[in-house]
Amino acid sequence: MEERWVDWKQSTLFQNPVHESGVECFETEESMKKFFYSTKAAPFVFICPFVLTVVVFWLLPIGKSVMMSFQNVLQGQDEWIGLRNYRQLLNDRVFRIAVGNTFKFTVGMLLLLIPLPMVLACIINSRILKYTKIFKTIYFIPALTSVVVAGTVFRLIFGEGDRALMNQVLQFFGGESVKWLRLRTTGYVALLILACWRWIGVNMMYYIAGLQNIPAELYESASIDGANGFRQLVGISIPLLKPTTTYVLTISINAGLSMFIESYMLWKGNNSPGNTGLTIVGYLYRQGIEKNAMGYASAVGILLLLVVLAINMTQLYLTGFFRKEENV
Amino acid sequence: MKKYGTSLAVRRMASWLLFMMIALFIMVPLYALFLATFKDGRDMIQYGLNLSLEWDRMHLKNYGMLFSGSAQRYWIWYRNSMLLTVAQVAITLLISACVAYGFAAYEFPFKNLAFVFVLIIMSIPFEILMLPLYQQINDMKMSDTYTAVLVPFLAHASTIFFFRQYISGIPAQIREAGRIDGATEYGIFFKLIFPIMKPSFAAMAIMNGMNSWNNFLWPLLALRSDTKYTLPIGLNTLITPYGNNYDLLIVGSFFAIIPIVILFLAFQKYFIEGMTAGAVKG
Repeated sequence: MEERWVDWKQSTLFQNPVHESGVECFETEESMKKFFYSTKAAPFVFICPFVLTVVVFWLLPIGKSVMMSFQNVLQGQDEWIGLRNYRQLLNDRVFRIAVGNTFKFTVGMLLLLIPLPMVLACIINSRILKYTKIFKTIYFIPALTSVVVAGTVFRLIFGEGDRALMNQVLQFFGGESVKWLRLRTTGYVALLILACWRWIGVNMMYYIAGLQNIPAELYESASIDGANGFRQLVGISIPLLKPTTTYVLTISINAGLSMFIESYMLWKGNNSPGNTGLTIVGYLYRQGIEKNAMGYASAVGILLLLVVLAINMTQLYLTGFFRKEENV
Repeated sequence: MKKYGTSLAVRRMASWLLFMMIALFIMVPLYALFLATFKDGRDMIQYGLNLSLEWDRMHLKNYGMLFSGSAQRYWIWYRNSMLLTVAQVAITLLISACVAYGFAAYEFPFKNLAFVFVLIIMSIPFEILMLPLYQQINDMKMSDTYTAVLVPFLAHASTIFFFRQYISGIPAQIREAGRIDGATEYGIFFKLIFPIMKPSFAAMAIMNGMNSWNNFLWPLLALRSDTKYTLPIGLNTLITPYGNNYDLLIVGSFFAIIPIVILFLAFQKYFIEGMTAGAVKG
């Protein structure tokens, strides 16, 4: 590829930036115009909306948030209190519950939403089933629903009464009704089921896309050598799907760590009984929005941001992004 | 070794079973929601959601209410959501395409650093940003406006990433030919490159449109007056500690999903391409 660009500004072919309206311009204005149309300035003009958005709506707010995490924020009189917010956070019992819930939820999601979609994608890819297109369509539908709708539906399915769907299922198998969302374990299960319902199809699609990059000949020669489906999965699919898995792993960890609205909808607000469904972001929301303790909430946010950044940087590093970008 | 020798028929049966079970798991909640649109809202509070068909207790009153005058606010939310979705898609695609072109077609100092920023931003979950952003919007006196809802997603990082990949595939000769013909840098982009990019717009339009249609957290923080509410936060306000309006909530939720599902069935390819775009890294 000839990606060499010529500095067209100096080329004689390109001197005329359409713009000459015949009006006498001042020397400086003229050169400003020329600069605006030059290949030196153009890229900056193109990316300037992005830079502005990032600075105004990402960097500035996050910078302010870092500052506030060292402050006691009161209307009009902010007070620097050093690390007190962070120290208080480490001894905060409710925050520990939130961290515990978030961690448990993330692990559960990784255990369910990576192996299962991978196997499903491999089965589809192996072509032993017909009509897989219908399954793909059906599995994808939950991802289209808003969390508000999905959360409401699942809250009602996990209702407390004997006639709520999940309790009917339990009774069918000879069990007794459970107050799903009031207990720690069953609440956790309900949240996981909701997450699985929403994301299983999308993760499966990621794996299907990943499998399409693996040459079919590999599987052919493997089956000639007598390797069965399971051996092919372990020997070919899993190792060659490593980039897909790294990606799915990262977005799942991100989703798990920043889990909030699902729990918010399932428990009809941010206050679940005994904080069963409280997540880190839920705690951030409670402190910042509901209790207006901005400094304290900022400390929660910054801690979470650091963890997420560390994980994402590791992922970028592992996928060889930094090495690749140097050669561009 | 006998265990591995399972015949194809057995494996096929097992796969069928697995796929059917998961399909059931996916469809049952949706079917239950559909049934509930014919039931009393009070039943929801009392019994929760289930699959029982009691013909004598089922009726069309909810639909009647939705399409008569009494559900006016629902349709206001619906219209708001549509307007915001269209605006968000148009603005985000245009700006992200410009930014992506800047990254793909030029060399400039700190380009790689800036692009690493795109990737980092792509990976920060919005939930972490919401609080600082909420304050920023308040400081800028923009709260309770649609500008506040739209503006944080003007330049959407994954969209930029996707477009950049696409533009990299367009031969540089096209740009050079444009320059020789005397087009300006901006003319080249809007008159030559933009039309070529069209196929890549569908997937991104759908992804951004869906995100915007379903966006809950940010409009919830940014908007205050209920005439400005979008569909998700409007539906959410139907359940408060002071009273539940499940009649409208259930049938309203159902009609919130319908347009997307129809679009999905028509443009399935683009939905999947858009949703899984992040994973395809060059």
